[in-house]
Amino acid sequence: MKPPTLMRVGVVAVAAVLFMLVLGWWQTRDGDRQAAGILPLPINQMSFALTDQSGDTVQPKDWLGRPTMVFFGFTWCPDICPTTLSDISIWLEEIGPEADRMNTVLISVDPGRDTPEILGDYLSNFDPRIIGLTGPLPQIEQAVDGFRASFRKVPQDDGDYTMDHTAGVFLFDADGRFVSIIDYHEDYRYAVPKIRRALE
Amino acid sequence: MKRIFATLALIAAAGPALACETVTVGPLEVSQAWSRASIGTARPGVVYLTIRNSGTADDALMSITTPAADMPMLHQTVMTDGVASMPHAMEVPVPAEGQVALEPGGYHAMLMELTQVLEEGETFPVTLTFRDAGKVTIPVTIQNIGASEPTCPSPDE
Repeated sequence: MKPPTLMRVGVVAVAAVLFMLVLGWWQTRDGDRQAAGILPLPINQMSFALTDQSGDTVQPKDWLGRPTMVFFGFTWCPDICPTTLSDISIWLEEIGPEADRMNTVLISVDPGRDTPEILGDYLSNFDPRIIGLTGPLPQIEQAVDGFRASFRKVPQDDGDYTMDHTAGVFLFDADGRFVSIIDYHEDYRYAVPKIRRALE
Repeated sequence: MKRIFATLALIAAAGPALACETVTVGPLEVSQAWSRASIGTARPGVVYLTIRNSGTADDALMSITTPAADMPMLHQTVMTDGVASMPHAMEVPVPAEGQVALEPGGYHAMLMELTQVLEEGETFPVTLTFRDAGKVTIPVTIQNIGASEPTCPSPDE
């Protein structure tokens, strides 16, 4: 066997670098999508039909005419979902009756477990203005896509599963235009003014 | 044997276990242990608490046990590009002359397979196992399902 020539080493090195570049590109596509500022669609361009905890069908067009606040979660989530719901309940209380004219919506990313009844039961522990939506998985996927959000089912050791999901709270004005995102657990002093801006 | 232990632990919980208790083991002090009320037993519960280390050596929380759940595990909520995931934490580091909090949005003990409904106002015991300091048991105060921070004051206050 011939020892590797300088030429061969060079070819292998170039190939390796190209491979890493492609791999890097492939791995950062999602990050780039966010960095490139891909924003949620305006509500009037979204399309899905889900069911709220009273059993009524809700479509994005039903939200138009009122400011809208939407977040994703699931009721089997022990940490961040109750925390987000409790944050939102505190924000709504701070804003007071003004927040009555807002759509405040939790979209479940776990329709397998979150039926409308289960959502209703769970949400009865939080601010009554929070509406919970669930429905067939393809409709949930379509909704999540409209927000440029994401979710994923993660199996656990005991055969159960949990969900990874976008944790921010999306704000839209009464015309359905995207206003801003409240990051997970964002300080109340920043969150409440963002909601007030959507209410203007 | 396990059942006897669980029963004893439950009796201990029902007895004069004080909410807002602070316990110590070696150089570690554990305080502000709280949980949220559960709806039934199907969903996982949670435990949050604060660990302070006055010693000069690092330690780590390795595991927890409780009669309130058959499968308690340490987890950490992690944000990646705005997406929350909740990987299993092999251990929670407790830095020398420092502290670590199990708190909403960070490290937390997840109580899978609850054995009892967690009723607001009650307490249940949780036993923490540290790598070096060993084991210690603390009563956990069950707060409202919508609670976002402990009602128990920090031991300094």
